[in-house]
Amino acid sequence: MKKMSGFFKKYGMSYFFLSFWLVLFMFFTVIPIICAVVLSFTDFDMVRTPDFVGIQNYLTLLLDDEIFMKSLSNTVFYALITGPAGYLLSFVVAWLITETSKGVRSFLTLVFYAPSLAGNIYMIWGYLFSGDAYGMVNSFLMEWGFISQPVQWLTDPEYNSIAVVIVILWTSLGAGFLSFVAGFQQLNKELFEAGAIDGIRNRWQELWHITLPQMVPQLLIGAVLSISGAFAIGYQNAQLTGNPSTDYSTHTILLHMTDYGYTRFEMGYASTIAVILFVLMTVAWWLISKGLKSFSSE
Amino acid sequence: MSKITTKRVSRSRWGNFLVAFFLGLLGVFMILPIYYSIISALKPLNELFYFPPRFYVVNPTLNNFLSLIKLQAQSEVPFERYIFNSVLVALVSTVGYVLIASMAAYPLAKHKFPLKKLITNMVVFAILFRPEVTSIPQYIMMSGVNIIDTYLALILPAMAGSFGVFLLQQFLETVPNELIESGRIDGAGELSIFFRLIMPMIKPAWMTVVIFTFISTWNINGVQFIYSENMKMLPAMLSSLSTAGIARTGVASAVSVLLLIPPVIIFLFSQSSIVETMAHSGLKG
Repeated sequence: MKKMSGFFKKYGMSYFFLSFWLVLFMFFTVIPIICAVVLSFTDFDMVRTPDFVGIQNYLTLLLDDEIFMKSLSNTVFYALITGPAGYLLSFVVAWLITETSKGVRSFLTLVFYAPSLAGNIYMIWGYLFSGDAYGMVNSFLMEWGFISQPVQWLTDPEYNSIAVVIVILWTSLGAGFLSFVAGFQQLNKELFEAGAIDGIRNRWQELWHITLPQMVPQLLIGAVLSISGAFAIGYQNAQLTGNPSTDYSTHTILLHMTDYGYTRFEMGYASTIAVILFVLMTVAWWLISKGLKSFSSE
Repeated sequence: MSKITTKRVSRSRWGNFLVAFFLGLLGVFMILPIYYSIISALKPLNELFYFPPRFYVVNPTLNNFLSLIKLQAQSEVPFERYIFNSVLVALVSTVGYVLIASMAAYPLAKHKFPLKKLITNMVVFAILFRPEVTSIPQYIMMSGVNIIDTYLALILPAMAGSFGVFLLQQFLETVPNELIESGRIDGAGELSIFFRLIMPMIKPAWMTVVIFTFISTWNINGVQFIYSENMKMLPAMLSSLSTAGIARTGVASAVSVLLLIPPVIIFLFSQSSIVETMAHSGLKG
């Protein structure tokens, strides 16, 4: 009893401060993740109690569900293109605007971050990519003679992935970009002077030998944000190309999950899809953080 | 010759030109859709359907904004109601989250207690999981406590994120311990140290959390968790407008523009705080 009250006296305040957020964090993040793992082994429709079915959901998903395979390959495709490209773009733009004056830099930061602020304005892309000759993209391309017929940018399976990738890249300069902008401004100036004396000749050498090793912490958090974004792709696609899209051409794991969850209420199966998503994100993070950390110790 | 204060590696002129060219091109790509929605919102009907489509507006009008109000006046839920819902959810989540996230970040950065390391690691790892990804099990949890189709279904998850706690914690690490110690010697309790000393000092960090939380909650669509039309958010209304087809282009653009204004204003006011905070946002290996 005495030991208990000593414990509270010592740590009670810390736990008190932490408690409000921690309760919500547990309820909305930690427990849902555990809950998804448990439910992935059941058949659950939100009404009856869950039935344990072992690994049946996983077998169905991986062996019998063609649409899942399609959405898996789409997700990996989008993640592999927009993840690294968005990351690189964020880094390069942040690097290039570093040397401008403070006013110009603030302005450019706003310009490049504006799409992330705009959140829902990507709907305007629906009009830009509109399939008839009234669509801006079609009208522009026809006027300049690149195409003679309007292209169905959003419904033709051959083209709608291009439209989706463009829209995702448009919003890819997010919090990671701001982290890079800030990171570049607090680099150690003396190292650059020393580098100039030691024979660093151009901006590329400077970037590689002096800047990058100092930026590893920012690069890591940028990677976390990029991965989390890349695997959460789906709502933009649904909004632009319809849900489901023609032949599931832009279907992603996220959309497959919400389809089973919210439309069919097959929560066991939807949870299985969620678990696959968790595993993919964790593996991607593990690989990328390993790579980036080796960079700092070089 | 101008005075050289620091020795810098020389930048070639061609390089500078290419940089400016690249940034210019990319900047135009970034701004173009926003510009296009602004001019579409200002176009009168005959210009919206002018062929070939024009990238400027000849006779700007506010008719699209007005018909937004008129149009909704005929339907069961008036336009102001969507604005009210969005403002309510965004404000409550933002204020609530900044408060509880700062409170959580304080002991994580400055106290020693059991499980601290574990919780810190969980905070970082959880940044990977966006709300979209955990929405199914979240839905199950929330229907378990009967808060689906209430404002709480949007507000509470928005206050559970870990990225804000992470930013605040990183920033708090830079506050000198001596300062907190001197507060304790003066006899201040932990609560008054937190509200009188810590909160004013970490203002840039929570300003940053304000903008991130506001952007994400202001842009919530939320139709999975909210079914009643009179509790839906502005983005949900926009998405039903834009599925209504090309005839609603002008009105949908007007909503897009309205949605864009608050985040931009807040960002302009908090930009320097953001840069100061994000400088500490790195992940130590």
